Amino acid sequence: MNLSLLIIVPLLTAIVVLLVKGLKQVRTVALIGSAAQLVLCFVLFYFYQQERANGNTANFIFEDNYTWYAPLNINYHIGVDGISIAMVLLTTFVVIAGVLVSWKMERLNKEFFFLLLFLSLGAYGFFIALDLFTLFFFLEVAVIPKFLLIGIWGSGKKEYSAMKLALMLMGGSALVFVGLAGLYFNTNVNGAHSFDLVQIANMNIPIEVQKLFFPFAFIGFGIFTALFPFHTWVPDGHSSAPTAASMFLAGISMKLGGYGCLRVATYLMPDAAHEYSTIIIVLACIAILYGAFATMMQTDLKYINAYSSVSHCGFVLLGIGMLTKTAIDGAVMQMVSHGLMTALFFAVIGMIYDRTHTRQVAQLGGLMKMMPFISTVFVIAGLCSLGLPGFSGFVAEMTVFMGSWEKADAFYRIATIIACASIVVTAVYILRATGKAIMGPVVNNEHLTLYDAGWNEKLAASLLIVGIVIIGVVPFFLKDLISPGTGIIIQKLASLIK
Amino acid sequence: MVNDFLILMKQELVITLIIFVLLFVKLSNKDTKNETLINFVNILLALNLVSGFFMIREGNLFGDMFHTDELLTLEKNLLNLGTLIISLQSYNWLKDHKHMPEFYILMLSTLLGMFFMISSNNLLMFYLALELSTIPLAALANFDLEKRRSSEAAFKMIVSSAFSSGLLLFGISLVYGATGTLNFAALSTSFTSTPLNIFAFVLLIAGFGFKISAVPFHLWTADVYEGSPVPVTSYLSVISKGAILFVLVSVLYKVFTPLNESWYNMLFIISVLTMIIGNLFALRQQNMKRFLAFSSIAQVGFILIGITGQSAEGSASVIYFVLVYIFSNLAAFGVINLISATTGKENINDYKGFYKTNPRLSWVLAIALFSLGGIPPTAGFFGKFFLLLAGAGRGNYLLISIAALNMVISLYYYLRIIKAMFMDANENPIEDVKAGWSPKLAMIICVTGIIITGLASGAYQYIYSLVK
Repeated sequence: MNLSLLIIVPLLTAIVVLLVKGLKQVRTVALIGSAAQLVLCFVLFYFYQQERANGNTANFIFEDNYTWYAPLNINYHIGVDGISIAMVLLTTFVVIAGVLVSWKMERLNKEFFFLLLFLSLGAYGFFIALDLFTLFFFLEVAVIPKFLLIGIWGSGKKEYSAMKLALMLMGGSALVFVGLAGLYFNTNVNGAHSFDLVQIANMNIPIEVQKLFFPFAFIGFGIFTALFPFHTWVPDGHSSAPTAASMFLAGISMKLGGYGCLRVATYLMPDAAHEYSTIIIVLACIAILYGAFATMMQTDLKYINAYSSVSHCGFVLLGIGMLTKTAIDGAVMQMVSHGLMTALFFAVIGMIYDRTHTRQVAQLGGLMKMMPFISTVFVIAGLCSLGLPGFSGFVAEMTVFMGSWEKADAFYRIATIIACASIVVTAVYILRATGKAIMGPVVNNEHLTLYDAGWNEKLAASLLIVGIVIIGVVPFFLKDLISPGTGIIIQKLASLIK
Repeated sequence: MVNDFLILMKQELVITLIIFVLLFVKLSNKDTKNETLINFVNILLALNLVSGFFMIREGNLFGDMFHTDELLTLEKNLLNLGTLIISLQSYNWLKDHKHMPEFYILMLSTLLGMFFMISSNNLLMFYLALELSTIPLAALANFDLEKRRSSEAAFKMIVSSAFSSGLLLFGISLVYGATGTLNFAALSTSFTSTPLNIFAFVLLIAGFGFKISAVPFHLWTADVYEGSPVPVTSYLSVISKGAILFVLVSVLYKVFTPLNESWYNMLFIISVLTMIIGNLFALRQQNMKRFLAFSSIAQVGFILIGITGQSAEGSASVIYFVLVYIFSNLAAFGVINLISATTGKENINDYKGFYKTNPRLSWVLAIALFSLGGIPPTAGFFGKFFLLLAGAGRGNYLLISIAALNMVISLYYYLRIIKAMFMDANENPIEDVKAGWSPKLAMIICVTGIIITGLASGAYQYIYSLVK
């Protein structure tokens, strides 16, 4: 299985999008391209399972390693483990859903779909990279398309939000750069420095070096995943972005950070991760609580979901900070679950906004009467967000809590209890918004003439819901997939934790 | 002997040939069409570029005054490439200019000076070549003959370069007094860190600092850039800076090795100041040329970091970055040049709504700015990454952190222009600008260069193999 296809397919699609003319052709090409991605990802998943079933126990499978910049020992090195596969699958679901909900994007459609596909290319490349330079390259590839997507097609104070997002994320990657450079110069492979993730993982980086560079890498990636206090780009960025871009931002982009924190910071610098774990946990708890309470005060549906993303991504960081196998499993599951759930949420908010031209909860009401499908999807997304059993949110959060509870110390117990308590707050804001906007009396009589979802929107929502329900009902599917991957991360930590 | 002379100096000779041909055409007073002459010059420059890749020989001439080898030939080639691109871009401006031959004579004289400067193997030769490359530049800055600002720019330029040449000359005389030689090879063994030598060295660095407009020697830059015609501005910011940087790297690495601790500290301070001040001033500029002037000051700060690396990676990354910088900055200047020549608009606010009327040009400018800002997949990303990585090799992570954060600041002002072009609405945007074949060709070269030189590692590896 040639993993580079994951980069080539979006690239080709993006180029073809530039060549064809008119919205109809452009969106057809984009849809075919993202469907091809979907098929490709499932084929990859299938082959991966086959390999594992055949007893291939290598840490990374389908590796490809080409020399890129020989003098600096920089390689184009890619490969996947279970965690990467899970993230890649998440990406492909969000991409196809994003293309489907943008079906009627009239304005500058060619550029819009080009940027969306380019963004997905960056995400795939990031998730399969095994060389830190390659990884950093794709991380930055995925920043500027977001700036353009928000700035050109966004709403509200879009220029401000776009600039804030671009600068904060680039600030994050600047920190990541310093962390990576520090790692690079402290490696020694046959007398040369190396960016290779696999080689660095087999090396013993001195603990002083780790302690110096772990914060750079972790905070840098953390900015991507709304680490408190660097979360401020999240609400503005998400709420100004056009629907598909919000889905990408919350569904994929924030996961780049979580994945980076886990794969680069924690995996390569385990001693430092152990040293700093209390700080990570405290920050994660603040993000969880602060995000939840801030959501309570929001009146705009997109802001509600954006702030709740801060809270939900806090669970990812909490899981990583706890450093137990179950907690890290939970963190990865939360990434996938939150990615699907939040993409669904933004998609449905976009559908409502397209029809009613408002996102203020106070101006909405009784949508269930006019748009039963959209309203049902909204309720499902909401229930998943508040962690109802049967949906992915419950499984993921539950796993994080289980993993956290394994730590017997009072500090960890308190952190876990605080995190658990936030779910109550989540329930309050989700149920309140749902009750007001979806149920209840019709507020605006003009809304009575609104129509329900079209085929494209139904398909987009169904795909995401299928993902959510599969994870919710048969969670071991996902857990077995990621378990070997988190296992090797934990192995490096095992000697440190009694 | 004659053979040696012809082969070793072939690049200089071709340029001299062009200068003489233009001189005779001018003197013969015949009505030769400007277009024909421009195309003729462009073809010869292209031939010179191609010939630079063949029959490369290493050797010394004129009693060790002149030295050339494969690396130096490549550096000259890069400058030649940049000049060719600028010449292609200025086609629209020059074809109706009554002093077209003079423009080329002056520009190519400076190029000749830079070639000799790169090849110089002796401080005296270096000084001579530097003057040859500086004095005609001041005349070039004055080439918008009707504009007062242009003469002002020329005056500022001549005064400040005379001052910096004075400093250099003072430094050189002190070096001679202390060591009794000006030959580079001899200097590298006899130059020690006595106070007199360090004083001489500081003067030399100040002279260099003026030419590359490093802070605190940058004050002339913005005014000169703004007043000069756009082709001259782009020439100043890319070619003349590139030449001095090539020389700076080789002089610091090969000649002043005994002083490396003190020059490391000097460069550390200068580069931090240059980045920060260049960035802060670039944030608020309204004129495109002024804006690019300050952004180019900031870029020099990044390049100095690469030099502090003091390794093969360091000098390779600097030369590679100059290559990338030629493509990116000239792509940006190409668009600005075209718009300035056809509409006379040079303010950032004029670029609002530019994407609606000129989508292709907007993308060219956007790609150029992304490359200057260091965004992948453009070559600028690789260039910046390697510069900072080379700097990090010395273990000074404070410097690298400052640089990385400065990259974020610089991104703000590059994105500001992207925002003006793509996002802001404008009642009367710049109308549809028609580019001739020649500026188009220049833009295609630049954009291809920006995309290819980064993703394909060939250019960097070739440079690295030469410096090693």
